[in-house]
Amino acid sequence: MGYEAKNIKSLLMPVGVALWLSLLFLPFKGINASAVLFLVLVVAVPLAKGGAVFIRKAQPHLERVGALVPRDRRYLYLLIIPALLVPFVSEDYVVDVAVISGIYIILALGLNVVVGYAGLLNLGFVAYYAIGAYSYALLNTKLGIGFWSALPLSLVFTTLAGFLLAVPALRLKGDYLAIVTLGFGEIVRLVLNNWDSFTRGPNGISGIAPPQLANMSIGKISHYYYLVLFFVLLSVFIMRRVEDSKIGRAWIAIREDDIASSAMGVNTTMYKLYSVAFGAFWAGLAGCLFAAKMRFVSPESFTFMESVLILCMVIIGGIGSIAGVIMGALVLVFLPEVLRDAQLYRMLAVGSGLVFLMVFRPQGLFGRKSGSFGS
Amino acid sequence: MPTTFENGAVFLLIFRVLLQQVINGLTLGGVYALIALGYTMVYGILELINFAHGEIYMLGAYLGIILLGFFTAIGLTAYSLPLSIALVVVLTVIFCSSYGFTIEKIAYKPLRKAPRLSPLISAIGVSIFLQNYVMLTQGATDKVFPHLFGNAGFRFLSTTVTYLQAAIIAASALMMIFLHAFVMKTKTGKSMRAVAQDKTMASLLGINIDAVISVTFVIGSGLAAIAGIMVAAYYGLVNYYIGYIAGIKAFTAAVLGGIGSIPGAMFGGVLLGLVESLGASYISSEYKDAYAFLILIIILLVKPSGLLGKTADEKI
Repeated sequence: MGYEAKNIKSLLMPVGVALWLSLLFLPFKGINASAVLFLVLVVAVPLAKGGAVFIRKAQPHLERVGALVPRDRRYLYLLIIPALLVPFVSEDYVVDVAVISGIYIILALGLNVVVGYAGLLNLGFVAYYAIGAYSYALLNTKLGIGFWSALPLSLVFTTLAGFLLAVPALRLKGDYLAIVTLGFGEIVRLVLNNWDSFTRGPNGISGIAPPQLANMSIGKISHYYYLVLFFVLLSVFIMRRVEDSKIGRAWIAIREDDIASSAMGVNTTMYKLYSVAFGAFWAGLAGCLFAAKMRFVSPESFTFMESVLILCMVIIGGIGSIAGVIMGALVLVFLPEVLRDAQLYRMLAVGSGLVFLMVFRPQGLFGRKSGSFGS
Repeated sequence: MPTTFENGAVFLLIFRVLLQQVINGLTLGGVYALIALGYTMVYGILELINFAHGEIYMLGAYLGIILLGFFTAIGLTAYSLPLSIALVVVLTVIFCSSYGFTIEKIAYKPLRKAPRLSPLISAIGVSIFLQNYVMLTQGATDKVFPHLFGNAGFRFLSTTVTYLQAAIIAASALMMIFLHAFVMKTKTGKSMRAVAQDKTMASLLGINIDAVISVTFVIGSGLAAIAGIMVAAYYGLVNYYIGYIAGIKAFTAAVLGGIGSIPGAMFGGVLLGLVESLGASYISSEYKDAYAFLILIIILLVKPSGLLGKTADEKI
């Protein structure tokens, strides 16, 4: 009897859940759509439940497969060869998307230093990106400085901005730090938006010169591609080196346990400062490349959603893993392009995808389950 | 040289403008305080910044418009306006509380033991989902709340206070008093305070933690729903992205007063409303949204525990 009662309950549960969820959507969708939703959910809820059980069971196997992949990932450098060939085999449109994804890879790698290595949640990372982009835009349009001279100057500005914010903010921990960085990001955007005489406000700055290389103006998209690819490779190389250096180890120690690492003699404040400044440096580089590629910047490109997008790239691939972050950036740039037809629904997918990922695979798609990040 | 009489007139004018801004600020502050309560209660219990809370407020504003439209269509508003408004409020609160309840069950409950970052990101996911859901079903353009209450009002110390403003201020104050009484006097309120203090100990004493957390989300969402309706009626326009900025401001209010503290959230909300409306009229209205962030940053740097909060010692 008990068994039967349990059976009935497990049959009724999906119906109840489906009814509940479709009732919630009733005022927004009307009665017909809710009825359809109910029918879909009655089928989907048990499937989702089965899927969840399956994923939970498959988890250890996934780990085992992941362990088979050699720790030494130098063979991944072989991927450079197909990357070099992209402009020869693809249309301009694909190359264009690839350039954008390259810029995002640099950004995400920069944020990965702060969030992934040092474990400091930054929700206003886009501010450094904006400062980098506007630095180049203003230096170029107001003073006529070329890309290669403006680049180091812009990088100095963004790194300094990183330092300036970090000094006071690092007294805070966890969520508070996240909110202060969010506030910083919004303030930068509001200033760019309202300081009409300097930044031309919401109209943005246009007519930014493309980079020159050996007396040749980089105008074609394939030229940009190689420029961006060069910087992506440079950043991956430097990240690899930093990851295994004294500084990188100190960051990871801080991430795993702030107090224990300071007890072991790690100057936590100093290394946190380095991580924020180093992350800001890469964001500044990405900003310069962005301004040079678009030849136009406006505050619209630097909203909070952009910060969230970069954070998602770091998280879905696997926090703290370079390969994972690159995969995350590629997925989040290329997926919406593939889903062009379903453009309206893609943000719905991103939102629910984030929840789903956190519930079932908090370490990210390609991440390893090591340590206790941010706990 | 102005005469004494002119001086008096100028002074009166300055006073009138100031008073008008104070009343506007109180109206705004009451709304912020209602949303801030949801943040502070959830943070007090789960130590989670419930990023999706602003969206509940946005859903409340939309539901107000949708339900009022529905009641107008079936002729209930023409029959009795007060009855239909009461029904709109009750139904909106029920729906929003259910949203809060469901969101907690789906997006936060499985992550109770996860690292701190996971529920925060899950909350951002919920927020993105809800914004885009409303945009898809209700359109990206502004929605108009029917102009029911007009601009009628009464004279108060040489300025005009609209009935709507008075109602918003009174309703927020009343709800805060009720909430305070609920948390301090009832058994559920007592268990909420116990869970906020020490989850493990509370569960050892036989308190159902899951139920308390659900109640917290239900109450917080209900308050946000009411704030949503009031703002929709006050400004007359609603958008799918109002939740984000209002959420951030309400969170600022909660931090300002000391996160986790219920009187702190009320105080912080009112203070933030006043600063914003005075700052917009006396300093610069372009940077209206920046004041909240500036205050937030200054408070966190100078006194992270907030104005009314207690500092907690770090546990190792």
